[in-house]
Amino acid sequence: MSDKRGKHKSKYTLDRQIPGAFAGETVTRRRFMTVTSQAAGGIAASAFALPALGFAIGPIFKSNPARWESVGPESLFSETNYVPVVLTVAPGIGEAGKTTAYVRRYNSAIDTDPYDQGTPYIAISSRCAHLGCPVRWVDAAERFICPCHGGVYDLLGRRVGGPPVRPLDRFYTRVNGANVELGPRFSVNSELRRFSPRDPGEPLDGIGQYLYPSRPGAQKL
Amino acid sequence: MPKLPKLPAPPLPAALQTPPPRPGENNGPSGPVEDAKQAGITVVDWVDERTSLSGAARWMMFRKVPKGTNWFYTLGSATMFAFLSQAVTGVFLAMYYRPDPAGGAYESIRYVTNDVFLGQFVRGMHKWGSSVMVILVFLHMGRTFFFGAYKYPRELNWVIGVVLLIMTMTMSFTGYLLPFDQRAYWATIVGVNINGTGPLLGPYLSDFLRGGSEFGATTLSRFYAIHMLLVPGAIAALIGAHLYLVAKLGTTAPPWQKAESSSELREAEV
Repeated sequence: MSDKRGKHKSKYTLDRQIPGAFAGETVTRRRFMTVTSQAAGGIAASAFALPALGFAIGPIFKSNPARWESVGPESLFSETNYVPVVLTVAPGIGEAGKTTAYVRRYNSAIDTDPYDQGTPYIAISSRCAHLGCPVRWVDAAERFICPCHGGVYDLLGRRVGGPPVRPLDRFYTRVNGANVELGPRFSVNSELRRFSPRDPGEPLDGIGQYLYPSRPGAQKL
Repeated sequence: MPKLPKLPAPPLPAALQTPPPRPGENNGPSGPVEDAKQAGITVVDWVDERTSLSGAARWMMFRKVPKGTNWFYTLGSATMFAFLSQAVTGVFLAMYYRPDPAGGAYESIRYVTNDVFLGQFVRGMHKWGSSVMVILVFLHMGRTFFFGAYKYPRELNWVIGVVLLIMTMTMSFTGYLLPFDQRAYWATIVGVNINGTGPLLGPYLSDFLRGGSEFGATTLSRFYAIHMLLVPGAIAALIGAHLYLVAKLGTTAPPWQKAESSSELREAEV
């Protein structure tokens, strides 16, 4: 053990008799040069890579201010049937940024779930909770039906058949003057409990709300 | 550092070797054809002396291949030529395409299809060529699997091939949106939402693809950039690595090919 310790090189370059070494110097110039050029390369690469990466993933963390859009006068809507209205969810791109909602006046006989109390209007999003195709309200069957993969929902937007994993999304509603206004989207689980908006295909019952977290920019309910 | 031993260059086929001039014949240049030939040789020699590219070309082109090599071994090159065709037609389509979701994208595709000379043909090549490439990728993969060509020492080449398969799928997915008609729009909505169904990371992946929580103003240009710049460069680089490993490791004989041993060896075994 002791003879091994005797062979151990000193950490001072002066002791190792490296030409041109200064007193107290512990790093050889070759090693210093290697480390500095690698560090310089790393800084140069991250100087363009990190901003570019942030640029690409930035929209995930952006929070959009709540938009309220007027969809028509109160006299347009009834308590017993849905009226389709068109509203803009992504401004600036014309038709591609619009979506349809089915609006009905609050009906205390139907909307018995405690989470619906106090909402003046019920606005159901036409975006299917399976993979996002547009559902259609079929009056005769009193069902929302999705054309893509056969999702079927009842009057309250709860799934009654097909592959969807949760009820149809809804929009916040308010009455401004004589007009009905639709606000941000929210998602509901099978008991119609409200959650921050999730994408289609993401269940909210049981462990689902933890497996599919809400987006960082979403306003918490 | 000791000098590395120089490996012997693979032999040139006899047809490509220049025979030495016969004595007594007229060996000087005898006309413009001879001059042009000499000029060509001079240019190639000039480049080769400065780059040694002929060695690399010989290493790549004059490889030994096992007995029993057959038409199934051309599926890889066929896939590569499908990719080259997609790259060339894609570059020319990009000269007309406008990634504008408010109507410009659809209008530019309509213009290419109906008004540009040969536009419908070039767009058709790109559209149908994408399906051809996907089919060829799977046939090539099947050949590799059933011939056992993924086994040691070629596992890394299989892994690179799987990454290339995923990238080809990414190209198909992002390219599908670009015509921006109803089919493109709804297929992308559904496709992005399928990506979102992955637990924990899925929601972030779909937000990344859309560039936000809804299909918005930047989604189309984002798909266009991924389709035109990000993935094709990576595919080209990985095809280079894939080919390098094929040339370095050689190809496998088909599984029905029996190993041959010389008669003396066989007698010695007995």
